[in-house]
Amino acid sequence: MKMKGISQAIAQGIAQEMERRNDIVVLGEDVTYWGAVFGFTMGLFDKFGRKRVVDTPITEQTFMGMAVGMASVGLHPVVSLMFVDFLGAGFDQMYNHMAKNHYMSGGQFPMPVTVITAVGGGYGDAEQHSQVLYGLFAHVPGFKVVVPSNAYDAKGLTIRALRDPNPVVIFGHKLLTGLPFLPYEGEEDEVPEEPYELEFGRAIVKTEGSDLTVASVGVMVHRAMRVAEKLRKEGISVEVVDLRTLVPLDEETLSRSVKKTGRLLIVDEDYMSYGMTGEVAFRIQSRAFRELKAPIQRLTVPDVPIPFSEPLEREVIPSEAKIEAKIREMVR
Amino acid sequence: MKRIVIHMFLKPEPTVKDLKGLVESAGLTLDQLLEMYYEMSLIREFEEAIGAKYYEGKNPFNMASGPIRGEMHLSSGQEAVAVGVGSNLRKEDVVVSTHRPHHHAIAKGTDVRKLAAEIFGKSTGLCGGKGGHMHLFDKEVRFSCSGIVGASFPQAAGAAFAFKYRGEDNVAVAFAGEGAANHGTFYETLNAASLWELPLILVVEDNMYADSTPKSIALATPHHFQRAMSLNIPSYLVDGMDVIDVYLATRKAVQRARSGGGPSLIEAVTYRFRGHFEGDGQEYRERDEVEMWRLMDPITRLGNRLTKLGVEKERLEERRKKAKEKVDEALKFAEESPYPEPSTALTGVFR
Ligand SMILES: Cc1ncc(C[n+]2csc(CCOP(=O)(O)OP(=O)(O)O)c2C)c(N)n1
Ligand SMILES: [Mg+2]
Repeated sequence: MKMKGISQAIAQGIAQEMERRNDIVVLGEDVTYWGAVFGFTMGLFDKFGRKRVVDTPITEQTFMGMAVGMASVGLHPVVSLMFVDFLGAGFDQMYNHMAKNHYMSGGQFPMPVTVITAVGGGYGDAEQHSQVLYGLFAHVPGFKVVVPSNAYDAKGLTIRALRDPNPVVIFGHKLLTGLPFLPYEGEEDEVPEEPYELEFGRAIVKTEGSDLTVASVGVMVHRAMRVAEKLRKEGISVEVVDLRTLVPLDEETLSRSVKKTGRLLIVDEDYMSYGMTGEVAFRIQSRAFRELKAPIQRLTVPDVPIPFSEPLEREVIPSEAKIEAKIREMVR
Repeated sequence: MKRIVIHMFLKPEPTVKDLKGLVESAGLTLDQLLEMYYEMSLIREFEEAIGAKYYEGKNPFNMASGPIRGEMHLSSGQEAVAVGVGSNLRKEDVVVSTHRPHHHAIAKGTDVRKLAAEIFGKSTGLCGGKGGHMHLFDKEVRFSCSGIVGASFPQAAGAAFAFKYRGEDNVAVAFAGEGAANHGTFYETLNAASLWELPLILVVEDNMYADSTPKSIALATPHHFQRAMSLNIPSYLVDGMDVIDVYLATRKAVQRARSGGGPSLIEAVTYRFRGHFEGDGQEYRERDEVEMWRLMDPITRLGNRLTKLGVEKERLEERRKKAKEKVDEALKFAEESPYPEPSTALTGVFR
């Protein structure tokens, strides 16, 4: 079926797994009437009721800790962290327990937890509601990090997460949800009705090109694709690679692309320093150093919080215009 | 009939005799009450005007467009809590608020022009457009807030600690919702504040809902105040639709804090008339319920009492009109102000 946005796809993936299995319980704030605000749990309340779809008090530390406890005795909790920005309120249970218990216990305790969270700015929600922060999770050993850019991937990766015995965090960009109250930057995708899985650690070439590779995730993939389309008409051939998961990271697909084009621009909505762009650049230079025709470049949020006012927000979040300018600079 | 239902958990409206007795024993003057009426009207006019502006350029509804972008949480219905508390505070006292901060800011004395300009993201705003509606900071009146639920309690406690440390008789107030009081920071702060006898007042604004979640499915008991009592903190359960009730409880709490007696908790039963945020479909509550609470509108209620006490209708109308003019002027100022220079986005992480 045709689907606009990742929210419906994620919710459908969860619903289909919940129908097959009793071990899945959904919990978080406003997961019933509001479908976790960004639609990732929409429809589940009507189908499965409060027994399996649980609105929690506003207690991130507690419900993240409860997810750890649930997983330790055989449930597979799906936890909504409404905005990723709220992770601070529950992060100890996540990074010191959810991410480490399997390792610390010498492998005794599996930790099958799926966390779904909304990320990203560009609609005026300011410093505490616009971050992406997946770099923080990717930095801590023990989380798989999934950043879907479209409905097809979102459903397949969600079902994969629900069958994974490890903590997986799915980062859904708000401008890709397809909800009516937000701008939408994606396309309509064909999504199979039946359940399917997509492997983690498989990047995908979205647009083929020969002059330069853009690597990215989430909403930035769409911006890069639109820029590639525009530049193609001028004879600049850009290849766009959607990494899809940051942990595990598909170095193979990306380095193959970079070996072909000789140039790499990494576009990210996260803060610049000590994040995804530096990590990807390091890994690719070590695999494709000889083939690089120019230094690897990056475009990110400079190391400042996301400000409220529209002209300020525009200044810091990578836009199509900024991606285009950067590419022109690199191929000149 | 509907009134009777509300009276089951709020106090019955006093007769003229009882009202006179109440005002007298409280030592309140008609002028003070009129000032509260004005402050509450100012908040209501501000919220309704921002609410109307917010929908400009948003048809079809989209948070990213129009002159005011992002989320918008308004406080109509909850004015008595802000003003009842704020009327007891001085400029040097600290207020830490939440994602729903306008009423608290106005009651603390923030300039409504700068407040409006910040909400519009203008350079003349409180924070030069960097913070916006959920991140208002006004050093002049020691006001701040946060979009992160549960963040206000410990920050106010920290300010209270500093006052005590320096031997100042200022107090710090944390506002938060009944939803926020479920957060660990609430209980942790209560313990620390009681232990260290901090000049802190925690105000829990119970408007029955946290987002789409009614307190019936998020609280094990109907109220929070008894948790403070378990930590030896004096606690007041007040009618949050009655500014006098809020005022009197706060006065006691402030006296205790200023004189070195330690913290207090005020739990105010109130209601938000509008959605959690603008654009909220409100599937989680019945229209009837909203209508019922509107009958207890704290501004109308105070107005009726003032009339009963002999204040002419014209004087009330004149106050209301003055409030509206001030709001109109603030919004005009905000709209006409320039946007900040884009490059300012890159400065200010460090001093
Ligand atoms: C740590 C954190 N968790 C969740 C949220 C999302 N959120 C914003 S407002 C809100 C409800 C707050 O309810 P309450 O404290 O009762 O205040 P009210 O909105 O009713 O004024 C929630 C869950 C948040 N901002 N921060
Ligand atoms: Mg509330």
